[in-house]
Amino acid sequence: MPINLMTVAFGAVIVAGLTLAAIGHPGAPAPIPLKTADAPNASLAAKEAASRPPGAFAGGVLLANISVELPTTGRPYAGAGSDVMNANCTACHSAGMVLTQPLLSRATWSEEVNKMRDAYKAPVADADMAAIVDYLAAMHPGG
Amino acid sequence: MIPTRRNVLRLAMTGLAAGATSRAHADTVVQLPVPGGPSERAVTTAFPQKGAMILQRTRPPLLETPWEVFDRGVFTPNDQFYVRWHWAVIPQQVDAESYNLAVRGHVNTPLQLSLDDILAMPRVEMAAVNQCSGNSRGLFSPRVSGAQWTNGAMGNAKWTGVRLRDVLDRAGVKPGATAVRFNGLDEPVVPDGPDFTKSLDLDHARDGEVMIAFQMNGASLPLLNGFPIRLIVPGWYSTYWVKMLSDIEVLDAPDETYWMKTAYRIPDTPNANVHPGQTGFKTVPINRMNPRSFVTNLRDGAAAKPGTPLLVRGLAMGGDKGVKAVDVSTDAGASWQAAELGRDEGRYSFRQWQWTVPKPPPGDLRVMVRCTNTDGVAQPLDPAWNPGGFMRNVVEQISVKVA
Repeated sequence: MPINLMTVAFGAVIVAGLTLAAIGHPGAPAPIPLKTADAPNASLAAKEAASRPPGAFAGGVLLANISVELPTTGRPYAGAGSDVMNANCTACHSAGMVLTQPLLSRATWSEEVNKMRDAYKAPVADADMAAIVDYLAAMHPGG
Repeated sequence: MIPTRRNVLRLAMTGLAAGATSRAHADTVVQLPVPGGPSERAVTTAFPQKGAMILQRTRPPLLETPWEVFDRGVFTPNDQFYVRWHWAVIPQQVDAESYNLAVRGHVNTPLQLSLDDILAMPRVEMAAVNQCSGNSRGLFSPRVSGAQWTNGAMGNAKWTGVRLRDVLDRAGVKPGATAVRFNGLDEPVVPDGPDFTKSLDLDHARDGEVMIAFQMNGASLPLLNGFPIRLIVPGWYSTYWVKMLSDIEVLDAPDETYWMKTAYRIPDTPNANVHPGQTGFKTVPINRMNPRSFVTNLRDGAAAKPGTPLLVRGLAMGGDKGVKAVDVSTDAGASWQAAELGRDEGRYSFRQWQWTVPKPPPGDLRVMVRCTNTDGVAQPLDPAWNPGGFMRNVVEQISVKVA
């Protein structure tokens, strides 16, 4: 948790000090009652703000900052000719997309590879185009 | 093992343990009923904020909702809601405090809205099905290229957010505006690749139903479903529901960019149907969804006892309209019986249905289910076909072994 938030949290506890003193809590780590008869609204709001994870908050909805890690590697291309696949195709997408395709004709695979280069701007060398289509047309999905 | 290509691939698939730490581990596998295969997919729990999902592609992620999830209710849980991204550059950190939504273009006052600004606006809530244009593509015959989904590239959620109209009105749309284009934070891997953007006609964008959602099912959106905000276009395919929405541009000319002009096009024919191999037909951008219905409590090949009442239950959706009726047939469509409909959560929501076969006779019982929407449009008995593998909505059927 960032230090500045801890500082805010500490400040909020001080704001709530009167309440805490009245009910005899020993110090900052003690649980703070959500509602007491004496607690001024300002201190409640401050306490709530201090206990919230960082993010956007308004109208009772919190959108907390988020950090995740996405898996990056799927199964690789294998077998004869896989080098040209792993070199040219995996920058944009993992191999699962290709290895789950149905049996497609060489003409269809050729269109697909052209689309990757022409529409999606895959930087595939002319010399590799035929080898990629060869690999794809030789796949035997589903047996 | 004989080193055929198949076996080499199989070895590669089973020998995944070596190497990367962030691999989408295959906890188990599932066999999908795609005609001609390949049918095997890994079931993964490796994706953040996601439970068990069918792995169609690791990067950029294509994650299908396991079928059993749909029998648990009309709302699809966030942690098993399907995932589909086009480009692999997806922010993995989102700072909600500094997030900005730009509203610009043909407007009087360009805006930079913070999430606090959006959260402070009048709120709306709506249940709506989000379905990939290519949901069920793997079931096409003849097969077509693309993500080989079965029926799980869809989900239903209660979306909370603000009206797009209110946001546009705040900026003040100028006379002469015709369309609104939406962009998210995902980016092409290659610098000159076409950034994923989509647009709606201005009248549609301002219809009061299109939303910017910051919650689904009462919680923040998972990052992979578009945290912190995404567009909700009720009744339309998910391609328009731009995730991690960051930019709204009001246009005064038709959107001629790739994802509208070239990709996601359907034949301009009834139910987007053409003959396999047909060419030369006019195309239009994919748009409204069509009605669908599914059995969720029984799988194809399920077993039942003769004479014992058999409950059949499932989900239906009307597409761009509400569900008017769900009918079931056990005689190959010669006669249909009305199923009982569950609670109405709104015209764009899934609706649960159920029906009981009073006395299943011994043998192979084929159960067909058909949704008719409030426009009177019913699912067809014969599947439509198009080269994109879009808009599948044929009457579904399962076979139950009564013995």
